[in-house]
Amino acid sequence: MADTSQGTGGLTFDKSKRTWPSELNIFLALIIIIVVFEIIGQTAPYMRGQSFLFDSKDRFDSIFNEARLKIIILQVSVIGIIALGVTQVIITAGIDLSSGPLVAATAMIAMSLGQTEFVNGSPNPKALFGSWAMDLPVIIPVVVGLAFGALIGAINGTFIAFFRIPPFIATLGMFLVCRGIALWWSGGNPISFPTEQYAWIGSGMMPVVWFVLLAIVFQLIMSFTVYGKHTYAIGSNEEAARMSGINVRRHKVMVYMIASMLAAFAGIVLSSKAVTAQAGMGEFYELFAIAMAVIGGISLQGGRGSIIGTVLGAMVLGVIQSGFTYVKLDGSYQLIAMGCIIIAAVILDQFRQRNRA
Amino acid sequence: MSDDIVLKTENLTKHYGGVHALQGANFELRRGEHVAIMGDNGAGKSTFVRQITGVEQRTSGKVWFYGEEVSFSGPLDAREAGIETVFQTLALADDLNVPDNLFLGREKTYANWLGPFRLLDYKGMRQATIDGLNKTAVKIPNIRNTIRNMSGGQRQCVAIARTATFHSKLTIMDEPTAALGVQETAQVENIIRTLKDEGEPLILVSHNMRQVMDLVDRIIVFRRGRICADLKKDETDGQDVVAYITGAKTQPQFADAM
Repeated sequence: MADTSQGTGGLTFDKSKRTWPSELNIFLALIIIIVVFEIIGQTAPYMRGQSFLFDSKDRFDSIFNEARLKIIILQVSVIGIIALGVTQVIITAGIDLSSGPLVAATAMIAMSLGQTEFVNGSPNPKALFGSWAMDLPVIIPVVVGLAFGALIGAINGTFIAFFRIPPFIATLGMFLVCRGIALWWSGGNPISFPTEQYAWIGSGMMPVVWFVLLAIVFQLIMSFTVYGKHTYAIGSNEEAARMSGINVRRHKVMVYMIASMLAAFAGIVLSSKAVTAQAGMGEFYELFAIAMAVIGGISLQGGRGSIIGTVLGAMVLGVIQSGFTYVKLDGSYQLIAMGCIIIAAVILDQFRQRNRA
Repeated sequence: MSDDIVLKTENLTKHYGGVHALQGANFELRRGEHVAIMGDNGAGKSTFVRQITGVEQRTSGKVWFYGEEVSFSGPLDAREAGIETVFQTLALADDLNVPDNLFLGREKTYANWLGPFRLLDYKGMRQATIDGLNKTAVKIPNIRNTIRNMSGGQRQCVAIARTATFHSKLTIMDEPTAALGVQETAQVENIIRTLKDEGEPLILVSHNMRQVMDLVDRIIVFRRGRICADLKKDETDGQDVVAYITGAKTQPQFADAM
């Protein structure tokens, strides 16, 4: 190919000319934040030389403080699963506000089909349905939960793509509808005592397993499949996508369905992890999921960003949460800091865009 | 009708409310022919193009494409039939790179049983892009660049290369060099010459007299929504064409309509 690069201009495919991936910036920011916490921990007098990242008390086999790392990733993994879907929606230049309440509604629906009949020999005190819904194989609550998510996503997508309702409004409506469904499903009562199989889904580090697995799958889908390419194309220039023969409406419905199914799955994992389902679950999850995506460099104008970015964004939020606890600062400071970081991420993104143009 | 005719319109008419933007246009394009459409602003050039490409629906009249009467319901229909159009507003996705844009909506794929999740053949598309760009002698420093990072001329070249790569049955360019610099204009003109050498028919809407005289076989002049002249390039010159555009002259066969 070298000879074609001679003369005027030249036509090359130069691997070294790849642009600096924006994910690297987030990764650097993540490292900086960790280092800051580490320095505070080592130097602040009241910390007594504890380490943020490393195993200072020699409790684990590795040099890292495994307990803290586990907590960091565990506490972001449920919202992280939602964020994977929200990322795809934002890449199409949309937004999904309905995911938090959808988590609660799916948790209620799935858990009501995942209850066990007898708790310690006596009948389940929180039983919602009769014995026909007890001790069902775990596949039933999971499939019903995902189907419910798909239905909500299809409704979102249909209103947005076919009736041209702004995504913000359509999903805001669905936000209220889902919260209502969650309350109505059991009349506001919590649903508890799942079967062993159901409890396994979110037990221990399983949420992390799901999060990492799904993140890998969707990163591959977004990079290497027609679905991913069309998602980026629609967010970049919807008109061009339509002129190119992409069925934009059908594709949008598909994206919203996938996003809602991921949120529904997060609801199943969360209810299993908590071993109970409550109508108030998942409060502000939709906003944290959007925050993860935004910190991860997903442009709200659409067309840019990646799943890896969102995973890193999730890690940034997790590290900040854990770090503030570690340096013994109140939760209120945590919220203030997170808010600032979200705004800073958007400012940085716009700054980068302006520099490029 | 002879097989030789690529596109034929009969009495093509478009009214926007009371405005008669296009009236009774009879037009023929033969195989391998490059035709320019000229005329003053508002003469009906772009309206004519929009009726052929299905962007708008005509008020009346008929259109034949390769001997078949057609009525495109949208630009996509026209594209599927083989009419590639470079519009004044470029239909490119800013955040995608050159091969992605060239193959947008018709990606090379494998594992097609995966439906919407079928895998992209990046390597094949990249190679086809390089071949296509080489064929049309388009110079783009790095095809890995996203469109956002390209100059206006490079964007235009990508848009044109897209039509050239896919061996369309008819290419329509609506003022492709209006916003370009000298070098970039030369590049676009080179592409048009390449298409000519390969015998691909082309309709070029342009204001640039030198360009038209350089590139095409025949010039159609529009005036106030009507065709007022059909000139062979070899039998005319710039001044003559200007006379038709401004209304100083009208060819006898079109005179009764004027």
